[in-house]
Amino acid sequence: MAYHAGQVVRLARAFRVLVRAGLWSALFALLAAGAALPKAMGEETEPAAAEAPAAVADNAVPAADVQRIPILLAREIREDRLPPLSLLDIPPPDDGVAGAKLAIADNNTTGKFLNQEFSLDIVQSAKADELVAEVKRRVDEGLAFIVVDAAAPTILAIADAIKDREAVVFNASAPDENLREEDCRVNVKHTAPSRYMLTDALAQYLAWKQWRRWFLVVGPAPEDTAFADALKRAASRFGHKIVEERAFAYDPGSRRSDGGFEQIQQQIPGFTQKVPDYQVAVVSDEGDLFGDYFPYRTWDARPVVGTAGLYATSWHPAVELWGGTQFQNRFKRLAGRNMRPLDYNVWMAVRSVGEAATRKKTNDPKELIPYLQSPEFELAAFKGQKLTYRSWNGQLRQPILLVTAKIHVTLSPQPGFLHQFTELDTLGVDKPETKCKAFPK
Amino acid sequence: MNKKTLALAQVAAISVFMLGAPSAHAYRVFVSNEKENTISVIDSEKLEVIHTIKTGNRPRGIIMANEGKWVIVCASDDNTMQVFDAKTYEYVKDLPSGPDPELPILHTSGNPLYVSNEDDNLVTVVDIFKGTVLLDVPVGVEPEGMGISPDGKVLVNTSETTNMAHFIDTSTLKTTENVLVDNRPRVAQFTPDGKQVWVSAEIGGSVSIIDVATHKVSNKIKFEIAGITADAIQPMGVRITKDGKKAFVALGPANRVAVIDTATQKVEKYLLVGQRVWNLGFTPDEKLLFTTNGTSNDVSVIDVENLKVVKSIKVGRYPWGVVSAPF
Repeated sequence: MAYHAGQVVRLARAFRVLVRAGLWSALFALLAAGAALPKAMGEETEPAAAEAPAAVADNAVPAADVQRIPILLAREIREDRLPPLSLLDIPPPDDGVAGAKLAIADNNTTGKFLNQEFSLDIVQSAKADELVAEVKRRVDEGLAFIVVDAAAPTILAIADAIKDREAVVFNASAPDENLREEDCRVNVKHTAPSRYMLTDALAQYLAWKQWRRWFLVVGPAPEDTAFADALKRAASRFGHKIVEERAFAYDPGSRRSDGGFEQIQQQIPGFTQKVPDYQVAVVSDEGDLFGDYFPYRTWDARPVVGTAGLYATSWHPAVELWGGTQFQNRFKRLAGRNMRPLDYNVWMAVRSVGEAATRKKTNDPKELIPYLQSPEFELAAFKGQKLTYRSWNGQLRQPILLVTAKIHVTLSPQPGFLHQFTELDTLGVDKPETKCKAFPK
Repeated sequence: MNKKTLALAQVAAISVFMLGAPSAHAYRVFVSNEKENTISVIDSEKLEVIHTIKTGNRPRGIIMANEGKWVIVCASDDNTMQVFDAKTYEYVKDLPSGPDPELPILHTSGNPLYVSNEDDNLVTVVDIFKGTVLLDVPVGVEPEGMGISPDGKVLVNTSETTNMAHFIDTSTLKTTENVLVDNRPRVAQFTPDGKQVWVSAEIGGSVSIIDVATHKVSNKIKFEIAGITADAIQPMGVRITKDGKKAFVALGPANRVAVIDTATQKVEKYLLVGQRVWNLGFTPDEKLLFTTNGTSNDVSVIDVENLKVVKSIKVGRYPWGVVSAPF
């Protein structure tokens, strides 16, 4: 292919635009055909601008026999969710979707060298049965890789609807333990950490700090009870004592009214009065309905951890460790916002498919799905070590961050919590304890 | 000073004399400190820091250029490279790069320079004398390691998230081959005969040896250290002696440098160094090997002939790269 200078610079600009937009297929078409820029590029086809850097060499692979790998993101729109306490925590409309787009772009950068092309399709619905039916329809048409952002029952319904097919579901959202344990499915992988992983990560750090006397505050939602149960298990595993447990009854009322803090300032100190001597208040409020009211308002001057204050998560937008800076920057350029844990969990799922396709050099799910579960599979995901799927329940092993709203405080597993195979298995249910029977031993 | 300490001091002096070369072979060792925005300058004979150069933000990859007169360092967070005078330590000029330059390497003829830009999936080709960008070469996601063949004809760049070694023809600046290696490849180093490229993979925990003629991975070296989990063995810096006989591989949070016999491609020895050992640099006479130890804020000095760690020297925060030149 030969270009004159103006074309090359414009091509460089088009390249960047396409990369930003994740439009790799358009890029292939553009480079492979050696065509002039499409009219759809609009203002980007204007004559070369001064800031345009040096030309980009042409390294495209001829578009012969491209292996296509479509990935579906299935989203359950959950209208029953209340808005979070802080305006800062309101989920963006593309929560998770942007993570998928970045992973598709990352997969395709590798794919262009191997003649593999990844694409993303999104289906979403507030009706679980519609979502399940649509996923099933697409799997019947040959789709093999489904990333799901949904509640636990919907994930199970999807898994069961496609159980006899050559397809795999990635759970990127639900922390529920039963999905990995008694209700586990052999065709489901979990990139979202489980509640036990999150609470074990927290309990290890509190053990390292020697903050062993906990005051447990539990919200009214079923998830709050589930998280509290996980906290209690972690407390007994790592030698903590829950000196008192109190249920926080909460009536949300109008959450966006002017004022309201005056009453909270009265309410929280009263609620936290006369607790036996404790070192740390542990709040269980997964729905983010009241937990953030606790820091700086407790009767005694105590740090708050759990789902508010210091909390455990798979990702945080301030993480710069292990090359995280470039990863965060790439995401921000693509999405125009910070990366959230759901984005990260979805990214890991889509990248898992990409990594498997790269290594096996095929788009055949019959080869890729078993490979994901094999000991040879490993995912690099900006956590300082390789991540692998647990052979007994399909859960992705991963270090867990402990963070405040602004920055990470530490990363678990903590030093000194040892394991005979991998220290990552000190977080969550380990092989000898699992109730999952669906996976071959 | 009592007799005993005097005797000890003499022993120490003798051993320093034996290990350090005569003054004709003293070198300046430049260590970039990623979180301190400085370069520590070490005298390789005294084995102490003799000067600290202020740099731009987040100095990482560091090389000598212009016949040893210049030190070039990537100021990653300033999206530029900086040139310092190797003798006076004065700032000379900036060189252009792409966003987040990480690792530069010179063509064997001394110019141009190739730099990986971690944030832009590009390798930038820069004329160091004119200070201009000649071309951007698209590579994989998060370009990182840079190696050049002894004849200067082939450039190898690794991409951390694409997990490939990209072979680039330096005359056409086109990628000729893309070789898949293990996860998160970091450093690419040609053997002196130009027949192999050794590529470390931080997350994969291996060093892939790529046969240059066939572009196939001929062997993967794995590491096993008693009492250290496989997760903590994260190969990073790779250096091979000029005679091609020994390779040294930094193993990150395993806090060890592996010594490999290149003939058998087996690990001979593990040398205990500082924490999260990152990059390696020989003195020009290859008597000493310096290691940057990221989290213990020091460099370890390895006596190459005797394969012993002889000293650790405190430098700045998060030492990253290391290079040396004669006084």
